[in-house]
Amino acid sequence: MLSAYIPIAIFVVVATGFALFTLVFSSLLHSEKYNKVKLEPYECGIEPTTGARDRYSIRYYLVAMLFVIFDVETVFMFPWAVIFDELLLFGLIEMLVFILILVVGYYYAWQKGALEWV
Amino acid sequence: MIDQLVIPLVKILIVLNATLVGVTYMVLLERKVIAWTQSRLGPMRVGPYGALQPIADALKLMIKEDITPVRADKWVFTAAPIVAMVPALIVYAVIPFGDTVNLFGREIPLYITDINVGLLYIVSVASVGVYGIILGGYASNSKYPLLASLRASAQLISYEVAITLTLVSVILVAGSLSMVSIVRAQESAHVWFAFLQPIAFVIFFIGGLAETNRSPFDMPEAEQELTGGFHTEYSGMRFALFFLAEYANMIVVASVATTLFLGGWLRPFPNVAWLSFLDVIPSWTWFLVKSFGFLYIFIWVRATLPRYRYDQLMRLGWKVLIPLAIANLVITGIVKVLLL
Repeated sequence: MLSAYIPIAIFVVVATGFALFTLVFSSLLHSEKYNKVKLEPYECGIEPTTGARDRYSIRYYLVAMLFVIFDVETVFMFPWAVIFDELLLFGLIEMLVFILILVVGYYYAWQKGALEWV
Repeated sequence: MIDQLVIPLVKILIVLNATLVGVTYMVLLERKVIAWTQSRLGPMRVGPYGALQPIADALKLMIKEDITPVRADKWVFTAAPIVAMVPALIVYAVIPFGDTVNLFGREIPLYITDINVGLLYIVSVASVGVYGIILGGYASNSKYPLLASLRASAQLISYEVAITLTLVSVILVAGSLSMVSIVRAQESAHVWFAFLQPIAFVIFFIGGLAETNRSPFDMPEAEQELTGGFHTEYSGMRFALFFLAEYANMIVVASVATTLFLGGWLRPFPNVAWLSFLDVIPSWTWFLVKSFGFLYIFIWVRATLPRYRYDQLMRLGWKVLIPLAIANLVITGIVKVLLL
């Protein structure tokens, strides 16, 4: 069973090797005429005065937290869906309880405005 | 030894090359289709009707100057395109391109490997690609790329929830995570899952557009406000790797949609006997034709629809697609219990 993963391991090596090869190969070919202006960060022609890593909207953080919650819940559903044929009614009721809790949490997040993007 | 290493290696090299050629010609196709939509001609100079344009582009990117901005994190800046590209390529390992073929007296299946958690593998590996975008935007240490990478990561993870939820209902119908078994299940069910799971199909398609940063969800690359997106600071080969990853992801979404919803390599109506003359056409042709259809629709959508606003995008993802996916899942479960 584990041997089915060997091709994937080979593919990882081949894909990484390909990426590194193209980078090295093009570094042998390309021209290098750098100057100070060319190496500056792009800001539509204006000289950058501050660094880029400034504060950003808290919304991105909130979305990431919601994502972690919901995605972990879906991971529980994958094995459930595979053996659903054997569980049937029992499995359905169990999952309905699970989804109900999920939906309550989802409703709470919605009411609290966590899903709004203002 | 041959079965374990040599045959997979040969297949991997074929898939890798096919992907690279596919991606470069996908770009040409996109330029051509959009040009025709706008009553232009598109690339015409390199080769007949611009047919050699992709090769010229690849050569140009090879010999272009590769700039690392002074403020950038040098190593992360170089690693990001690789992190973006490797997952986009290794997803192809579990996609079944066709049925088994007889070659040199061997039964060779037209997929690199068939693992029993194929779909889970695709979802998880494809989501690693978002690290490439975040790292690229962060390492550039420039304002537009950072903003774009934040947008891109929020968008990708939002739509990933909807997509994974919607895939669960497909697994419910198929009863397996293996991509090959899902195609076989469609063969024995005598129907494409697009007809059994129309809502899941639509959600997957919309989510697929958002996951690949395609128009109308191309907020991370909205050139009018972000100049070029998270790869603004990239040039030369490192930019090419990002580009490659993006289009490779598009082909992945098209192939996964084909496998899950349109019967993969199966010919149309595999249960109708008098259509069996269609079996002359090799199975992988059907797969390619169906995937190509998806890719064409991707381009068509880009040529016709305007871009979403960011709050609209988030609202669609969180308030429409996720409840719809959960409802679809519950209904699928109930119907399945009632039928059995």
